[in-house]
Amino acid sequence: MSSQVLRNVRPYGEEAADIVIEDGLIVAISQPGSGVGDVVFECAELIALPGFVDLHTHLREPGREDAETILTGAQSAALGGFTCVHAMANTSPVADTAGVVEQVWRRGKETGLVNVRPVGAVTVGLDGTQLAELGAMAHSAANVRVFSDDGKCVHDPLLMRRALEYVKAFDGVVAQHAQDPRLTIDAQMNEGLLSGQLGLAGWPAVAEESIIARDVLLADHVGSRLHVCHLSTAGSVDVIRWAKARGINVTAEVAPHHLLLTEELVASYDPIYKVNPPLRRIEDVVALREAVADGTIDIIATDHAPHPHEDKDCEWAAAAMGMLGLETAFSIALLTLVEPGMLTWRELADRMSIAPAKIGRVLDQGRDLKVGEPANITVVNPRLRTVVEPANMASKSRNTPYAGMDLPGQVTHVFYAGKCTVRDGVLA
Amino acid sequence: MQHLLSAADLSHDEAVLILDTAAQLAEVTDRSVKKLPTLRGRTVVNLFFEDSTRTRISFEVAAKRLSADVINFAAKGSSVSKGESLKDTALTLEAMGADAVIIRHGASGAPHRLAASSWTGCSVINAGDGTHEHPTQALLDAYTLRRHLAGGSGDLSGLSVAIVGDILHSRVARSNVLLLKTLGASVTVVAPPTLLPYGIDSWPCSVSYDIESVLPRVDAVMMLRVQAERMQAAFFPSALEYSRLYGLDIDRFNLLPSHAIVLHPGPMNRGMEISADVADENRSVMVEQVANGVSVRMAVLYLLLGGMAEVEQ
Ligand SMILES: [Zn+2]
Repeated sequence: MSSQVLRNVRPYGEEAADIVIEDGLIVAISQPGSGVGDVVFECAELIALPGFVDLHTHLREPGREDAETILTGAQSAALGGFTCVHAMANTSPVADTAGVVEQVWRRGKETGLVNVRPVGAVTVGLDGTQLAELGAMAHSAANVRVFSDDGKCVHDPLLMRRALEYVKAFDGVVAQHAQDPRLTIDAQMNEGLLSGQLGLAGWPAVAEESIIARDVLLADHVGSRLHVCHLSTAGSVDVIRWAKARGINVTAEVAPHHLLLTEELVASYDPIYKVNPPLRRIEDVVALREAVADGTIDIIATDHAPHPHEDKDCEWAAAAMGMLGLETAFSIALLTLVEPGMLTWRELADRMSIAPAKIGRVLDQGRDLKVGEPANITVVNPRLRTVVEPANMASKSRNTPYAGMDLPGQVTHVFYAGKCTVRDGVLA
Repeated sequence: MQHLLSAADLSHDEAVLILDTAAQLAEVTDRSVKKLPTLRGRTVVNLFFEDSTRTRISFEVAAKRLSADVINFAAKGSSVSKGESLKDTALTLEAMGADAVIIRHGASGAPHRLAASSWTGCSVINAGDGTHEHPTQALLDAYTLRRHLAGGSGDLSGLSVAIVGDILHSRVARSNVLLLKTLGASVTVVAPPTLLPYGIDSWPCSVSYDIESVLPRVDAVMMLRVQAERMQAAFFPSALEYSRLYGLDIDRFNLLPSHAIVLHPGPMNRGMEISADVADENRSVMVEQVANGVSVRMAVLYLLLGGMAEVEQ
């Protein structure tokens, strides 16, 4: 493989340097202008970060290839600056056996664009009644470490306890979609003044917070590792903060849309804003941003949820829940956290790369930009602004809530295991 | 005004104009001809995704009295089961050259979607959407209140109205609270706490859990239908307890001032929210509400489909 030089790039936004990539590794970091290689990327004013790792991606394959395939999802991920994604288990068939996770893993490998790490279902068919073969998935070629019934909550407390206990054998983690099903029957939006006015059934914050409170106590009791998906309320932040202060081994994520958008958008009844958990109040958005800044929330995870046009081009109640996230995640993080001064570039690298890789036990991702490390690198231009145009996205779906918004930041070049997957903002 | 989606869309003057227009139209149709030529050549579609014979017929009679062509379109399947897509239906109606669509839908906001989408360019009238709103019901209630309690003209300033029953799931209650407020009346909603929406404290009304303390000081009470099935979802323990605590029986009726009237949007659950003898009282105005519904809906169609300028002159 030929060598590549990132000329005059600023790792973590700091002192400019040349980064030389060869045979999938970073082989030199040297004075600007001094790096030698076959292909040179002029990176003046651009910032190098470790490739982003998404712990929460819906790739829809197998089963809903009309919404997304592993290939289009991988392209979307690469353009978003990701070098690794975790493919959620709620496919059809459900990723609840070694056979399915190995198939997803292999198809991911074929793309050559990102490391696709399958997430295994916690329960058979996401049914919440019987544990899936977690050990078989962990020991398969896919090497699964993250288990989740995402889309559904592992609601039965005994089953949740058992899952937390069982994954200890192979250092796995249970990623919980925290939603009490009984408190959210037919729920359509955040429960509050607005849901009452709009006549839409409410999804109360307590339905999320009560499950998180239960789960952190269970994780504490059995001495296991819990990860909480897509925190959406200020109260959830309080519970996680309390649990961490108590020394409980819990990590938490927030989705980009919960860092920016609020429930007022639902008043349009436009299902592009329908998502689970729902958009909340501005107070929640502020609390979530602060929690990312102070580390209470460990990571930003996209919850990229593609849906075909017809599933959003209808009345609210009939519409599917979910939003695209991969191709806009960096811009939203920049807008909501870095630009306001709440996160440094190093901290952003932690929240979007280093910490998620650790939670998912992805050993060759989320590594520091150092000589000898695997060359998973995302180079961004924070100054370039782009108006979001859904038709230009690589995702097979178009359900982005940011259409028409002028967002800061461009993912300029991406290197996955030393291979350039994105160059000048387009797939290489 | 192109659409009528929510009672909140109506300003004070627009609401009064609709009531005045309804009164004029009622007079004309009572007096002489049953049919006015006003909307000849215009096409009005009744698009009902939910069964509601009474509302559909009310709109149909209203449109026909204005000489409009009426197409009844009963779409199959609930919204969530996606029996028939709202979008495809709307495109079909657009192709048929509809001027107005009167839509009843089980999903809150479906009329808003229809009006905001590019699927159709015609006027959209909300005939009840999910648990959201039912603005023409509120208009006919206001019309009825005005006739009995405000001399048949102007607004409802100074009147006090109680709305009793399942406020949480009621589109009638939402539209009425908004419209009555716009027209100057003060509203008290009465229900067990489980049947009040989250955030009711911020609505433009007061709240009570005690019907008997409210009745002596109101000019009208509006009883809402309560479905006995709600007890399965733990909204109240039993139908019997509900009617014992919140039903309007003859003893409670006698707590009302002697001029006060009783309204109900129908269909009534006799014995549940209202006892049979109260329903048959002559101060219970349900039959008149039905007749007023036609007049008010005529006024809405007339004003939306281009009659506004004519009336303003
Ligand atoms: Zn989820």
